[in-house]
Amino acid sequence: MMTGRLNLAFGPPLAIFWLGLVVATFFDVSIPSFVWWSAAAYTLAGAFWHTIRYGMLAYVGKRLVESLITVAVIASATFLLLRVLPGGPFDSEKALPPEIKAAIEKKYQLDQPLLVQYGNFMVGLVQGDLGESYKYLGRNISEILAESLPASVQLGVYALLLAYLIGIPFGVLAARYHNRWPDHLLMALAISGVSVPSFLVAPILILIFCFGLGWFEPALWDGPAYYILPTWVLGTRAAAVIARLVRASVLEVIKADYIRTGRAKGLSESTLLFKHVLRNSLIPVLTFSGPLIAGIITGSFVVEQIFAIPGIGKHMVLSVSNRDYPLILGTTLVFSVILVVCNLLVDLLYAYVDPRIKLNV
Amino acid sequence: MSSRALKGHSLWYGGWLRLKRNKVAVFSGIYICILCLIALFAYQISPYAFDEQYMDRILESPNLVHWLGTDSLGRDMLSRLIHGARMSMAVGIITAIISLIVGASYGAVAGWIGGRVDAIMMRFVDLLYSVPTLVLLILVKVVFDSMPLFTNPELKALTGMLLALSVVGWVTLARMVRGQVLQVKQLTYVESARALGASGGRIVLRHIFPNILGPIIVVLTFQIPSNILYESFLSFLGLGLQPPFSSWGVLANEGWRSLRSYPHLIISPGLALFTAMLAFNLLGDGLRDAFDPQSR
Repeated sequence: MMTGRLNLAFGPPLAIFWLGLVVATFFDVSIPSFVWWSAAAYTLAGAFWHTIRYGMLAYVGKRLVESLITVAVIASATFLLLRVLPGGPFDSEKALPPEIKAAIEKKYQLDQPLLVQYGNFMVGLVQGDLGESYKYLGRNISEILAESLPASVQLGVYALLLAYLIGIPFGVLAARYHNRWPDHLLMALAISGVSVPSFLVAPILILIFCFGLGWFEPALWDGPAYYILPTWVLGTRAAAVIARLVRASVLEVIKADYIRTGRAKGLSESTLLFKHVLRNSLIPVLTFSGPLIAGIITGSFVVEQIFAIPGIGKHMVLSVSNRDYPLILGTTLVFSVILVVCNLLVDLLYAYVDPRIKLNV
Repeated sequence: MSSRALKGHSLWYGGWLRLKRNKVAVFSGIYICILCLIALFAYQISPYAFDEQYMDRILESPNLVHWLGTDSLGRDMLSRLIHGARMSMAVGIITAIISLIVGASYGAVAGWIGGRVDAIMMRFVDLLYSVPTLVLLILVKVVFDSMPLFTNPELKALTGMLLALSVVGWVTLARMVRGQVLQVKQLTYVESARALGASGGRIVLRHIFPNILGPIIVVLTFQIPSNILYESFLSFLGLGLQPPFSSWGVLANEGWRSLRSYPHLIISPGLALFTAMLAFNLLGDGLRDAFDPQSR
């Protein structure tokens, strides 16, 4: 009764549909917003149905509340850290006249007691209003973030997809030819991929493909010719990690008794591999997706800087040099929310996929 | 096992034998030792001073006088690379040691006491895990930089870097040590030690710690390259160490600006970082296979 919690009529077609949407964005096909909304609504409805059907409502609710609390704590801690810092952003070499300083502090509500500021901030956060930037005068933080978020999300999603697309087959291949030359070759590639810094790969690729062959663009984010190199640089590193993981996991599963049984009853190697080994050895890949996404976020800072992609990472780096505290706060929050949401999704998917997991609510 | 196994030897000796047979790991270890020596004797080895400018020899390609060329201020790249090794290795190793001390004590306390204390202590660790590493690094740097602590800007940048990397690094060790302590705590020799009346601190230090040292060393070997990489990331983004300080990340940041015309300026620090990371990762894999057989 517990096996196969994920409804096959629901899961795979939906995954393929989302994949199609992502590929469409890669080729800059414009997708009307109602498609996005209906896809999201259908997914949510399906997830809700599964939750009820398998009695996971309490578990899902608990994880949701936990995630909300995590975000609230991160928001409060970051706010307080940045607010109690000595030496505000308006301290310059030349001391400002006290009236001007007072006026500035009044404008940004820095003259009020800390508790009031904190209350205002949290109320604003719930309403999606993060206040005004110190550097870009008159611009709201939420506006800046909303503008730069799409590029970052696109880059991250493409890189993640590329990582699975390369990493899983290569990992399986290496395990299939365990201790023979394809295994050695692939694992040598993988460990190089894990070790190589993006600011070594990216320059070499740019010199070859942008300045040499002229195929791709070396900077900005404006179409497939701009997407390929950053995605490659960010995704291959993650792919190397995934390949190592899949290889180890497949080698582990191959040792299991049910594989020996399968072989004994005469199943073909490919049936064994795809139907029995692969399904079970991909569970670690799913659980590892949280740290993997965290790694991709970290990598994206450098990649956005190298390729001058106008994303959130670039804004965070700039906001630090500008001492634009509201923007630092905003970017920190966006990244944390992305990671928390991804971890939540991974946990829930894991609970759906692996019937052995005990939901200790 | 060969006939040597008959002699009977400690767990450590067995691990050492397994490690010695792994040629790749041995070569990586030798390479890392050489890097450490270069880092230690940077001033004696480097052909020029790392911050001396030769204004008549700006942006030279690699040649016989300057083996790796010169940068836009006429500084010798090889010397800067050697001093970069000094800084990168120092940052990587020092922060790994700080993370070890803080993380291991935290994890050991949480794992040993268990129960509610453990739950609360680990909640905090989980919270730090919910912030992406580089974001946390940047936040710690921002907070530290705005404190009026040091007058010497170079010392301040270095301390900030060490602090930020340690704040990020201890979490991994705390989680790992806690998990190990929780496991080992159940074993019979711990029970016997307790029955003999040994205090909690003594049991953890004398009985549990030596038995989980293998996995700890393995995690540390992976911690050092990740610290070096984060340092270079931060410096590359212009948020870490600043010139005239030289680390591989600082050099990459400087080299990046003239990529099209003078690619040697970014390729050489990139290659240095790549080979060092590769050596650490290969050595770590070897150590894991040799000393931590369960996780193979």
